[in-house]
Formats: sequence, C-alpha cells, structure tokens
Amino acid sequence: MEKLKVAILGSGNIGTDLLYKVLRSSWLECSMFIGRNLSSKGMSRALSLGVPVSDKGIECIRENPECCDIVFDCTSAMSHNLHAPLLAQLGIIAIDLTPAKLGPFCIPAINLDACLNDVNINMITCGGQASIPLAWVIGQTQKNVDYIEVVSTIASKSAGPATRLNLDEYIETTEKGVKMFSGCGRAKAILNLNPAEPCIDMQTTVYAKLPEVDLPALQQGVRDMVEKIQQYVPSYKLVIPPTYENNRVIMSVRVKGIGDFLPSYAGNLDIINCAAIAVAEEFAKKRSEQGVI
Amino acid sequence: MRNVIISDATLRDGSHALSHQLTKGQIAAYAQAADAAGVPIVEVGHGNGLGASSLQVGLSLLDDREMLQTARENLSRSRLGIHVIPGFATINNDLRFAFDYGVDVVRVASHCTEADITERHISFTREQGKEAYGVLMMSHMAPKEVLLDEALKMQSYGAEAVIIMDSAGAYLPTDVMDRVGHLARSLKIPVGFHAHNNLGMAVANSVAAVEAGARIIDGASRGLGAGAGNAQMEVVVAVFERLQIKTGIDLYKALDAADIVEKSIMASIPYISSVSLVSGLSGVFSGFSKHVTLAAIEYGVDPRDIFFELGARKVVGGQEDKIVEVAMELKDRRERG
Repeated sequence: MEKLKVAILGSGNIGTDLLYKVLRSSWLECSMFIGRNLSSKGMSRALSLGVPVSDKGIECIRENPECCDIVFDCTSAMSHNLHAPLLAQLGIIAIDLTPAKLGPFCIPAINLDACLNDVNINMITCGGQASIPLAWVIGQTQKNVDYIEVVSTIASKSAGPATRLNLDEYIETTEKGVKMFSGCGRAKAILNLNPAEPCIDMQTTVYAKLPEVDLPALQQGVRDMVEKIQQYVPSYKLVIPPTYENNRVIMSVRVKGIGDFLPSYAGNLDIINCAAIAVAEEFAKKRSEQGVI
Repeated sequence: MRNVIISDATLRDGSHALSHQLTKGQIAAYAQAADAAGVPIVEVGHGNGLGASSLQVGLSLLDDREMLQTARENLSRSRLGIHVIPGFATINNDLRFAFDYGVDVVRVASHCTEADITERHISFTREQGKEAYGVLMMSHMAPKEVLLDEALKMQSYGAEAVIIMDSAGAYLPTDVMDRVGHLARSLKIPVGFHAHNNLGMAVANSVAAVEAGARIIDGASRGLGAGAGNAQMEVVVAVFERLQIKTGIDLYKALDAADIVEKSIMASIPYISSVSLVSGLSGVFSGFSKHVTLAAIEYGVDPRDIFFELGARKVVGGQEDKIVEVAMELKDRRERG
C-alpha cells in the first residue's frame, strides 16, 4: 500500500515530535521536514533519520507542491495565517497545530468525520485536546451547566519559546473550544508551568458549576470518553474521577507522552500530535477507500 | 536617609484571607484610609490578581471591574496597582480594560523560573504609558543565579522594578539578604521584596531586604494576606522610622487604616496557625492554606500531611487542583493501611 505523503512545517518541539509519530504510522510518509535553520536540533534529528529536509519554510512547498498531500503546520498562529491561503490554493490539506483558529476545531474523539470535508483543520491546543472531550461529556450529560473551567499544568521544559509567547492565544483558543463543544456560554482556561525536576507529567483538571449534578451519567460518559481517547493517546489516564465536592464538579486527567522527541513528561506535545496524526490517518484511509492512492 | 516605596497588598493578597469575598464598602473604606495615610501604591483584586477568579483558586464576590472602579473612586494621592499572572489573565480578556479603569501600576508575575511568559504583558503595559513591575513568585524555589537571569529578562522586557516574592514565607533574613543583594548589585532597576509571615520573619525579612538594597517593600495592614499573612504594613512603617528609612507614610494614619481592617474587614486577623507554619516549612504557596484546610475536612486527612506531600511534589502557585488529588491519595493510602 502506498502511504499518504505529509510534510511537516516547523522544526520545533511539536514538529520534531510529530516526525517520530509519522515515521511510525503505517498510513503516512514524511516526504519533507521543513524548518528555517539546517543546524537546529529538530533539523539535525530529521537528517539523522534519513528524512528529506528543507530550510526554506513555506517556499519549499510553493516551489514543489507535488511533494505532499497534507501539511502539518507547527509554526505559529501568525505564520499559519500566511500559509493557509497558499496551501488551499495548491490543493494541499492543512492540519493546523497553531492557535490560528482558521479551520474547524477538531477533537478526534468527538468530530473526526465531520472535519474530513474541510481543507484546513485546527487542532485547538494541547490543553484543549485533553480538556474539551471532558467538557463535551459535561454538556452531553448535564442540564443547565453554568460555567466550565479547565486548568492544565505542564512541565516548564515542555513549553518552547513559541508556546510561552503565545499563552494568551492558548487561553483564548482553549476557552473558545470549551464553549463550542460543551455548549456552555461561560468558560475559563488557565495554564501553569511547573519547573520541578524530575519533570512533572501534563495534568488537566476540569471543573463545572451547575445547580444539580447527574453524577452516574457523568461518570459513565467520562469512562466511555477516556476509552475513546486512549485509542489514539494510549496514556490518557483519569486520576480524579468526576466528583462533586465543595460545591463544584471536579475531574482530572494525566497525560504521559510516548517519549519520542522530548521525554515522557511532555504529554502536552503527545496529545495534540497524536490527535493530528489521527486526523491525517483518517484522510489516508478515506483516500485509500476511494482508490486515490 | 534612605527612601523606600511601600506597596500595599491589603486589598489584593488580603483577598486570600477572605476567600476573595471583599465587598465594595470594605474596598472604599480601606482605600480612603490608605490614601489619607499617603501609601504610594494600593493594590486591589483577587488574591491571584486580575482574571484569577476561578473554581481552581476561588471565585471573587466582586468582578475585577467593580473592584477597580471602587478603589479608583477612593484614591487620589495613592497610585492604583494590580497583580497580573499570565496564564490566568490575558491582555484581551483582562488587562486591556484595567487601563480603562485607571490602573497606574501593573505588577506582572510569574513563577520564579518562568519570566519569559511576562514579556507581552509587561510590553503592553509600557505601551499604554503605565508603570510595569516584574514579580518573581515562590522565589525560594530557585537559586539566586537563576533569579537574577529571570529578573534580567524582565528588565529587558521593560519592567521598571523587579519584586522577589517569598510566597511561601520560607525565608530567614540571611536568605533574603543573599538574594536581594545579588539582584540589587546586578540590575539597573530597583528591587523589591514581598514577605509572608509563616515563620514569623515577615518584618525582619523586610528590614533585611532594605539592608541588602531593596527599594520597594510590600506590606499589608494588620498583615492581611494569604496563609500567615504578609509583613504587617504599619509595623514596617514604624520600624523603618526607627531605622531612618523614609516611606512618606503618616504613621498615625497608617494605624487608622489598620484599625479599619480589624473593625470592618476581618475580625480574626491572620496569625501563624499550625497549618501556616507547616506551609512555610514545606515551602508551599501560602494561598493554598484555606484550600488545604477544606480538603482535609472533606477527605478526613491531616492538613499537615497534605502540605508536606505538596512540598515534596514541588507544586507551584496555580496548582490548587493538586490539593484534592493529594488529599484523595492520602485518604486512599490510609484506608488500605
């Protein structure tokens, strides 16, 4: 079977971690790994793995649009705003890992199929991939939800310079996703960085305020959702099951990474990348059914 | 004679002591009294600052706008200050409107090793023509060399001072002298210090900070603040007078302001409770105190065990969800014997 060709645009933590996941996929092939600087850590890693590389950024794809069917954009929201129209014009599907919010928001466990009709799919944020499925379950199983809050804590070493500069975009994008998927009009997102050594695993807590809680329905819904997510993020684990205490609902998950580029504490890289891979593989399966590749 | 700027955290850090339930009347009365005493900066807000009202840290009675508006209406000489933690507050959601309400000084805070997340909030404040300070919280968790690197980053973003916070109240005076001295020798901008009293050292540590070169000292009337409270501002003012350190604050009127705290804001002023002492020893954020006490009751475990376990896990401010997890684990461990 011929694999679907994907290019990775952006050679930072996200892009390099994604490369390992593409190399492991039986549906995808990394036809180009694109950065800006051949001596960067990510680029030299790609070279040592025998992957074709370019230091020309988006120019590389403009000059050679045949090189890929899908681009994973791991640059920044500002850059993706420039990349998106170009990729659309070239007929290349963009899976957007920046908080640019141009395409529909995708949580594979919730709306994977619906996203496949689009040419630009937004993966929201790492904290959003961890928290929004739980917020969605709250929306599906509870009535009159007044407010939802999602708090993620990640290891300082897993947050690169772009993540740090884009904290506001992270928060605003995550809040938008929580509201959209849960149907709750009031939401807040918080992000903490913890520098402890050895590094802590990513942890995400979801709170809700509502007049009356149907706890059995919530617990069943969360159990089902966790199982679904574990199909593409094996280490997604419930550490505080849905609980009603001190006038609030609380639940918490921990995400360990597979340890591809950064060690296993970087569950935040893993969860958004695993979700992006799930989307790309679904495209590959669809094309293969249609006999396109 | 040395000059020191006193920044008053009563209506901000003090919110922790009140589970963020300050009323408009309390803010108005205290702000007027602080203004009359000539306190240079009066901070107002949720304990974790702008945009921090949350189920994670505690919901405020009043929203940020109501608090800022009430304080602004009652301050004429004092400048209005706010605490802002990127990760809680964004420029668009929170900071932008704060300037519409007449904020003068923005104290942009991060955990002591994460100064680079303050860049945009500091720059934005300076672009608005307002004063920006950088704040390094939980500073006992990093060596002085790291603190200096982080403070230098804040200086490069445009911060006009850097405040070192002893958020857990874990320092002794020699620790303070060592760190503040190191920063004061190497930075071009003034250094400030923010004490907590968990080990009974808040005023002594504030004196040590000035001896080591600090030019801004945070205090709170009657010590109203998270955990065992902050450096008691009226005591700081009195002690500084003895030491011929000039604050510009009228002592009698500072005492009047402190009496308002006791009469109208909180009858039981912060003291070093057993739980707060353990919080200081374990180096855990003072603001966790009330949450730990609640979780200990909810899950039937010893709050001291929760604090030491949180300390062992090196949790930082903002990780209040860990309190519930640790309490559940302690309960589970005990039930399994």
